[in-house]
Order: sequence, then C-alpha cells, then structure tokens
Amino acid sequence: MNAEADHSPVKISVRNLNFFYTKAVQSLFDNNLDIRANRITAVIGPSGCGKSTHLRVYNRIFELYRGQRADGQVLIDGRNILDPAVDVLELRRKVGMIFQKPTPFPMSVFDNVAYPMRLHFKLSRSEIADRVEAALKGASLWDEVKDKLKKSGLALSGGQQQRLCIARAIAAEPEILLMDEPTSAVDPVATLKIEDLVLELREKFTVVIVTHNMQQASRISDYTAFFYKGRIVEYDRTEKIFTNPSEKKTEEYITGRFG
Amino acid sequence: MTSIAPVKRRGLFRRKLLDRVVRALSVLALTVAVAAMVWILYTVIRRGVAVISWDFLTECSKPYGAMNSGIANALLGTLAITFGAALLGIPPAILGGIWLAEFGKGTKLGDTIRFSANVMMGMPSVVVGLFVYAVLVVPCGGFSGFAGSVALAILMFPVVMRTTEDMLLMVPDALRESALALGASRARASLQIICRSARSGLITGILLAVARVSGETAPLLFTALWSDSWPKNYFEGPTANLPVLITEYSTNSPFDEQHAAGWGAALVVTAMVLLLNIATRIIFKEKHHER
Repeated sequence: MNAEADHSPVKISVRNLNFFYTKAVQSLFDNNLDIRANRITAVIGPSGCGKSTHLRVYNRIFELYRGQRADGQVLIDGRNILDPAVDVLELRRKVGMIFQKPTPFPMSVFDNVAYPMRLHFKLSRSEIADRVEAALKGASLWDEVKDKLKKSGLALSGGQQQRLCIARAIAAEPEILLMDEPTSAVDPVATLKIEDLVLELREKFTVVIVTHNMQQASRISDYTAFFYKGRIVEYDRTEKIFTNPSEKKTEEYITGRFG
Repeated sequence: MTSIAPVKRRGLFRRKLLDRVVRALSVLALTVAVAAMVWILYTVIRRGVAVISWDFLTECSKPYGAMNSGIANALLGTLAITFGAALLGIPPAILGGIWLAEFGKGTKLGDTIRFSANVMMGMPSVVVGLFVYAVLVVPCGGFSGFAGSVALAILMFPVVMRTTEDMLLMVPDALRESALALGASRARASLQIICRSARSGLITGILLAVARVSGETAPLLFTALWSDSWPKNYFEGPTANLPVLITEYSTNSPFDEQHAAGWGAALVVTAMVLLLNIATRIIFKEKHHER
C-alpha cells in the first residue's frame, strides 16, 4: 500500500452488495468498495465479471428491467440509495452516466445539452444558453460544435457524440459520473481525447469508469477495482494494482494470462 | 500437426444455381406485385380522369337519374368522417402502444391486450360496422357521420397501437437508459425521447391506418349511410361519403354516367390518400438526420 494517505473523503461506500438478474441468477457477490471523492476509480475485469452490473446499481438504472434486484447498501454521502424512499429522479441527477455507445437524442446539439437543464432547473433562455456553452466547454467539445449547435446531435462523429453525451451528463450538474466503457465504440484518437477529458473531470466530479482496456485504467485512474466472477478480488491504488498486486488472480489478469 | 482427412466439397454449381433461382423468383414476385399496383392505378386514372371537372368536385350529388351530379358532399363527408376517426382513434392508440412497449412488457395484462389487439385487427370491418350500428346508431336514433368516425376509429385503433409498440421496441435500450439516467421519468423519456426517435415509424403506422380506413365501405353502410345532400350536422343524419358513393354508383346504379362518376370518385380517394402521405412526409421530414 502506498504510504501517503489520501485525504479525500469517501463519496460512495458499497456494503455487502449482492445482485440478482433473476431470483435464481446472482451476478454480484458481497461487493464492498469505498470510492473517494474527486478521484477516478477504474473497474476492470474480464467480460461478464459484473463490472457494468456493479456500476448500474449506483444510479439504480437496473430497475428499468423487471426482476433485477440489488441487496445490501450503496451509501452516497452516507445515504443508502437502495432505500426505496430515495427519489430515483433526484439520485440520477446527482449520479450521471455515460454509456458504451454514444446515445445522442434525436434533437439538436444544443437541445441535447439543454435537455437535463430543462428537466431539473428553472432557467431563462439566456441562462440555458450560457450553461450549454459551459457544459460543451467542460466536455472539450465547444470549439468543434459552436457553429453546429442547431445541427442534429446524430450528425456528429462517434467521438464527438460521446463527448456530447458527457456534456449532457455534466449539464445536470451531477456530483458523480459513471462511465461504462465510454471509449469502446470510438476510434483511438477520440479515445485519447476522452481520456484527457476524464482527467479534467476529476477536478469537479467523482468518476467511476468501467474499462476493458487495462492501459486506459493505468493511464487515468487513481484507484482500481479488479472484478472476477461477480466478486471484488482486489481494490487498491492503481499503481499498486498494476505494479505489485496482492492477489495472484489480479496479477494473472493484468499480465494478460487470462481474460 | 495432425492431418485432416480430405472432406468432400459441396458442388459450387448447385450453390450458384440455387442463388440464381431464388433471385429470379424474388424478382418475379416483385414484378407481379408492382404490376398489379400499376394496373390498378392505370385503370383508376384512365377511367376516372375523364369525368373529373370543376363541377364534379364542387357540386353536390343528385338522386339517381338526375344527370351532371358532383361528389363534393361525399368528399366533405369523407374528410369529416376520416378526420374524426383519426382524432378519436390515434391518440389512445399511441398512448396504448407506449404503454405496451414501455410499461406492459412481459406483464400478463400487456400480453392480454396485445393478443386482443391482434384479434381486433383480424376482425372483418363489416362486424365493426354492425357493432357500432347496434350500440350507437340504434340507441341514438339514427345514422350520423360521427357514428362512421367511431367505426373507423375502432378499425384504426389496433393497427396504430401495434405499430406504435413495434416501433418503440425497435428503439435501442441504450437511448431509453440515457434518458432515464439524466433523471427523466419513464413517461417523459417515452414521450420526449423514445417517441421522437421512433417518429418516422409512428407516422408510417398512422398513415397506413388512415389510408386503410379511408376506403372502408362496409362499416359506413351501417353508420354514416349515404345522402344526396350536403353534410350539415356531423352528429346527426345520414352523411354522404366517397366509399359508399363508389359502391352505390358502380353496382346499384343503372346509369352509365354514374358508373363513370364512380371511377372519378375512386380516383379522388386514391389521390387524397397519396396527397396525405406526401404532405405528412414533408411536414414531419426528419430534419435532424441529415449527415
């Protein structure tokens, strides 16, 4: 373990999290994790190990599907968000999410970014315009789209679309950003741009990023959690995981012996 | 390396031949279908165009035997009946489709409703006409344009509901999830994002349904019936309409002039549906999808 202590407070605290796709199929087993504020936490592991499933509990998006169930606690700022009394719309404003494939809405670039603002805030037209610009700048997209704000979001390139989705997520003014393999559908150049962006986002947000790409995890994350078959095998500072992991399984995975 | 025993190859000639045969058959089938359509259009236009004139389109129809009659009352009646049917049938059908796709998926109630809609789609339109006759025309004391709209709305409802459901289910879950992940409610995400994304499919479903009912005759015989006067009250009295006019003139009338007028009315109905299609496509053109 790195000697220097991290003074950043714990933002998300996962306690004894179990997840069931159906009554009979369990996909997460007793997950425990403390995610620190304003840090980038990478979630790695082979396909089907439960990385995305784990992430999808944080904003309760799994509830869209009948029969899926999460057991245990996910404390965000000390409040268990799995408590049915927690308002899911407000939770999702606080916890934004970026998906594997870019999902611009079938509307203009401007309206895409303005959408969550109109959803959550009472703002005048000019305030919305200012915030759209700020969000697009925050997603390093402003210079590329400032002349195409009225064009469809679907007309942008794949990498731009993904940054548009990041801008849209930022526009809801969340505290946490969940990213589910955000670069797996874009080309290498766009991937680097998004990685740079994620590093900048750390200033303002707590970022949890699921990735297949171990170079990506080691390049950008502060902490890394290694998942295997629904369990968290090891969770530590990223440099420790990648240079001197405690578990044999972790070492085998990061050295490419399986997965 | 272990050697693998040589495997007999499948005849290339047979595979290529099969490819050609299947291709030829599909082209043939397509030709037959398109030819039928062209033939129908050609006949309707050739026979119909001869009687179309300003008077034909603006004059009221006259009783059998009185010559030089028009079809304007039937045209107005059909517009009112079809528009009324769309107004009555489409909004609940769209909402029903949204419910089926977004909320009723995999529930028993959803399956039951979907099955009922499928059954309803296969119901002969004459039965629907009879039904409306029994529950609306008889108790209310007479035929009306409104009763015709109700019958057509019942016919449209399952078609629009099922196409809406199918189109919404084609929208990828990722889009649904991203709307919800921003904190949108299910209803808002459905109406603002999912429906918008499936817009052109929804419009196609609506147009198909409108086109289908705008030529329906049997249900109107029981509900709107027919009249040689201008439609005055949508809610009361027999109402002139094109499908019944076409049937009457083409089959029941002994006069050649009315046979010809029947073709003219057929052309007008065809043109109306075509215009509606084109106009809707232009109005709802997907401006956002240009790349």
